[in-house]
Amino acid sequence: MNYLTIIIGHIGGTLLLLVRSLKFLPTLPRQFARFMEQCYLIGYTSLPIVTILSFFIGSVLALQSGYSMENFGAKQFIGTLVGLTMARELGPVMVAILIAGRVGSAITAELASMKVYQEIDALTTMNIPPERMLVLPRLAAIVVMMPVLAIIANLCGWYGGALVCQYTHSISVDSEAYFTALKAYMKRSDVTDGLIKAEVFGFVIILVCCYIGLNTRGGPREIGASVTKAVVTSLILILVLDYFVTKALLMS
Amino acid sequence: MSNSTFTASPFLGKTFGVTVANVTKKFGRTTVLKDVSLEVKPGEIFCIMGPSGSGKTVLLKHIAGLEIPTSGEVRIGDFDAADPETRNKVHLALVFQAGALFNSLSVYDNLALYPREHRECNEAGIRERVMHALSILSLEKAANKFPSDLSGGMKKRVAIARALVMEPQLLLYDEPTSELDPVMSATLTEIIATLREQTAVTSIVVTHDRDLAFAIADRVAFVMDGKIRGVGRPADFKNPTDPVIANFLNPVIDLKNPRFKQLENSHE
Ligand SMILES: Nc1ncnc2c1ncn2[C@@H]1O[C@H](COP(=O)(O)OP(=O)(O)O)[C@@H](O)[C@H]1O
Ligand SMILES: [Mg+2]
Repeated sequence: MNYLTIIIGHIGGTLLLLVRSLKFLPTLPRQFARFMEQCYLIGYTSLPIVTILSFFIGSVLALQSGYSMENFGAKQFIGTLVGLTMARELGPVMVAILIAGRVGSAITAELASMKVYQEIDALTTMNIPPERMLVLPRLAAIVVMMPVLAIIANLCGWYGGALVCQYTHSISVDSEAYFTALKAYMKRSDVTDGLIKAEVFGFVIILVCCYIGLNTRGGPREIGASVTKAVVTSLILILVLDYFVTKALLMS
Repeated sequence: MSNSTFTASPFLGKTFGVTVANVTKKFGRTTVLKDVSLEVKPGEIFCIMGPSGSGKTVLLKHIAGLEIPTSGEVRIGDFDAADPETRNKVHLALVFQAGALFNSLSVYDNLALYPREHRECNEAGIRERVMHALSILSLEKAANKFPSDLSGGMKKRVAIARALVMEPQLLLYDEPTSELDPVMSATLTEIIATLREQTAVTSIVVTHDRDLAFAIADRVAFVMDGKIRGVGRPADFKNPTDPVIANFLNPVIDLKNPRFKQLENSHE
């Protein structure tokens, strides 16, 4: 019971933070520099790891499905399987997990330390709402960068799969056949569904990480505690939301 | 902008008094402020003294609107300090004890943040305001440094400079001279007094520093254990009649009967 009220309180607090931040949406144009800085931090610096990881995930996906589909003589559909799995599921989820781990944690650490060292209080007395200066640019940046990262993850995964198919002896499906299969059974909506998922995950992660950072109380020790809490909460939310968003998208 | 004054504030002379009316503050089960009432007149330098942990910082945060009273009320002029709207009506600056500088920004950007965010003037105007505030505290050379590269005393001065850029109508200081050497303490004391002199800004100074309080305060309040123990002009406390205040202001170091021994005995 007590737990439940605490959780409902946090959900309410997070939504309140969202509303307060969106209220400052008209100030976004004159915060363009901050927005770009966050795009750089969230998007550009995540590029190398997103590229490498999605490449290997696509490769492993091809390897595993090549092994299992050989039994059905369905090797020509590996492209379809890798393409769909990357676009609909693994691309968005993997990018979201990476964002939670390397961007969400950094945001929580930064805001929590600003809170603990009274920088947030200083902003408040200076009549500069932290929602406007700290939360809004980050939310805007993730909305722009998340689809970009997801598309890059998809492409890298697809090419990773193609390479494995072509050069693995036991599979040896050439990349032309691979991509034909990939295109034949994939609709535009498969890709856009994945991008919508990525967008939802990214937005929720950044919002929750900002909320947890700004609500840190106590001394410097609590900064670490907040970061752990933010990452764990983000991971749980990604996987739980994944189910419900997927279900909603499949129904529509 | 004339250089003969500290700040050519558009709010010159427009300052506010502060009324603290029966404020009680509880954190969970502990009561930190117990029915505190104070009246600070416009333009006054009002010092709040008292032992560590007596609730001075919490009281100051109530005036700044960072804490909401459990009961009672704080008013700045005619405005409720707890109402966020008040920040749009009163330029209030709080100099935090630890500075609370923005660690990710240079000293210059720390000072420039306020006028930039409130779009009060163009970059050239901001530069003039920032450099002027820095020069008052002889910090010109530190403009491009980051807070992590500054000594404790410099952080405090930057925090005061940042408050000055806001052209405050109410200036709150939390222990501005703690951790500073005697000369720097005297310098900051002079700065606080001169600022009030030139801008007539109401200044509330939380401090342990007897020299500061007795040199520049118009009135002093003593906070002990969350309650007001006494308020008056500094002259009234030259020879205090209240033994608790007397002991706080002039603690006798008695090696024959040390305090820590008394504390030990009181636990038995
Ligand atoms: N946010 C808070 N939560 C719980 N207790 C607090 C909080 N802030 C201050 N206190 C307690 O209030 C008392 C007074 O603190 P403070 O005003 O900082 O003392 P000081 O007079 O030294 O500035 C201390 O015992 C402190 O532990
Ligand atoms: Mg204090």
